[in-house]
Amino acid sequence: MTISINAFIFLSALLFAIGFFGVLLRKNTLVIYMCLELMLVASTLAFVAFSSFNGTMDGNVFVFFILTVAAAEVAVGLAIIVALFRRRQTVQVDELNALKN
Amino acid sequence: MPDLFFYLFAAFTTVCAFGVVLNRNTVNAAICLLLCIFGVAALFALLNALLLGVLLVLIYGGAVVALFVFIVMLLDTQGGHNRPFKPMALFASVASFALLVSGAWMLVTRGQLPAHAASAAVASPTGSVLKSYAELLFTTYLLPVQIMGFLLLIAMLGVIVLCKKFEGLEDVK
Repeated sequence: MTISINAFIFLSALLFAIGFFGVLLRKNTLVIYMCLELMLVASTLAFVAFSSFNGTMDGNVFVFFILTVAAAEVAVGLAIIVALFRRRQTVQVDELNALKN
Repeated sequence: MPDLFFYLFAAFTTVCAFGVVLNRNTVNAAICLLLCIFGVAALFALLNALLLGVLLVLIYGGAVVALFVFIVMLLDTQGGHNRPFKPMALFASVASFALLVSGAWMLVTRGQLPAHAASAAVASPTGSVLKSYAELLFTTYLLPVQIMGFLLLIAMLGVIVLCKKFEGLEDVK
């Protein structure tokens, strides 16, 4: 394969930037959460690329841990969103402004 | 041939990522996230980490996206008002996106990453072998594995507490 590591790093950074774009742009909490997941996956792509081009396994093992933490984080975050919806009847971030004033 | 696959999957993943962000329908965004995960898993396979690709599809596709779709169904946020973006938020997000992408482009065009290891990805097929993962997980990274186990347990307990309705305790709510 003649693709250099730079291409993988750029793709990873691009995915991270798209996720960040979504976090800033969208108002629905669920979509914001999906964009956060996108950013996590982008970081794992960078880890795997570094590990593969370096010839070691440590980056791949780190991706294991990232996947575990992501699974736990999604479960807790979605439970918080459901609890919030039960209380406020909305998931739009511009209506969740109890701390604003 | 792998080069062609790289460009193909990279374009597919990028398009699906934009689909997650720009889709008005939440369910469609979740499906786009699933397709994006598949693209990243294919890129993992190109990087000789086939096992991680399979795990990514299993965990993200099987658990995370399914959970997202389930919660969307449960909350039913589709109906109601679809308010337009504020110009300030639009400007800020586009500007930060452009800054991040230009920074990454600088890294690619002027970065000092060594290019001599370009063939290492082909030379080390250890990323697909379960044994090489197990060796590290049970020697060097034994303590993090234990911590991850406790983290999953704590997350499970936390979710149960969050979703439980406290009938008699009004101050908890």
